[in-house]
Amino acid sequence: MAEFTLPKMSKVQKGKRFAAKPGAKQVRNFKVYRWDPDTGGNPRLDTYEVDVSGCAMVLDVLLKIKNEIDPTLTLRRSCREGVCGSCAMNIDGENTLACIKGLDELPAGDVSIYPLPHMPVVKDLVPDLTHFYAQYASIKPWLQTESSPGSRERLQSPEDRKHLDGLYECILCACCSTSCPSYWWNPDRFLGPAILLQAYRWIIDSRDEATGERLDDLDDPFKLYRCHTIMNCTNTCPKGLNPARAIGEIKQLLVNRTV
Amino acid sequence: MSAYPGHEDLRTPLKVARGNGAAGTGVHHWWLQRVTAVALIPLSIWCLFFLGGLVHADYPVVLAAIAQPVHAVLLIVLSACLFWHGALGLQVIIEDYVHTRWLEVTLQMALRFGAVLGALACFMAVLSVWLTGAGAY
Repeated sequence: MAEFTLPKMSKVQKGKRFAAKPGAKQVRNFKVYRWDPDTGGNPRLDTYEVDVSGCAMVLDVLLKIKNEIDPTLTLRRSCREGVCGSCAMNIDGENTLACIKGLDELPAGDVSIYPLPHMPVVKDLVPDLTHFYAQYASIKPWLQTESSPGSRERLQSPEDRKHLDGLYECILCACCSTSCPSYWWNPDRFLGPAILLQAYRWIIDSRDEATGERLDDLDDPFKLYRCHTIMNCTNTCPKGLNPARAIGEIKQLLVNRTV
Repeated sequence: MSAYPGHEDLRTPLKVARGNGAAGTGVHHWWLQRVTAVALIPLSIWCLFFLGGLVHADYPVVLAAIAQPVHAVLLIVLSACLFWHGALGLQVIIEDYVHTRWLEVTLQMALRFGAVLGALACFMAVLSVWLTGAGAY
């Protein structure tokens, strides 16, 4: 039956408050989602009063908290320049990458930080992306051909290469998929915007010879057609890509080969 | 939620993600929804003018208007498109939100019965006015 509230064990409770150190110059409050599988219990929202002088990005603040205030805070991060997608999280209600979200971009006041919405949480800000990656693997994200490549690389005209612009830049951070209500309600069967953008990246690749099979695999009420062009994906993409357009193009290709 | 990977599940994540494969029916639904939507644009505009012209008309005048073959056919087509398009849309809402299997199947069946019933009732109403003749009134 429909669930209108969070399960009891998922309700976020008030957490601890870490007061600013004396002498702090530029204090800002960060409310961070915490959940530890080892201690169990409900998730809580800890408040950190952080001296943000010297911090440009939200990731700087999170690392400052981890280094100087509370080493138990758990998060993923790696490249710190918006290329790896590890630090995807929900900052002030919007999915984005902590490393390229500037503090000056956020509205004044307290900043709330949660893990990516509607995903199983491993710990604190770390979501379990196993199923997301499996869905990516399910669309066979590699070049499929039957023709022999011959003696050299497979060639592509500059015009055909242009079709990949706006697609190849996707870093699979999962910001778009986890902002999509259709993905929230049907994550088991709907592939979600990120995976569908990747699917389109291979469908539109002039060198790939499995276009028909790729389209066959998407002609499904749930895998593809749960997309109702809500556009959260495009609004939230930290790389400025347009997954909704890619999905629209897939639907167009499917109609074109039917009608 | 069915088949969402849990740690107690011994199936591989790829097995779960692939599920039972693609049904191969999605594009048909999508296309029919657009076709009925496009048909409803002129039909709805015509209907507004048709009803607007009957605002202060007497009952026999309304019956006579409906009994005109062009109006009768357009009314039948309009009600067919309306119930078809509505059923296609409601079907998606049920697929989106209802995940209790027995309830989902029951609602999908009730929706189809309801849509056919509603459309047939409209056909019958128009046909009875058209064929039994408004002139008999």
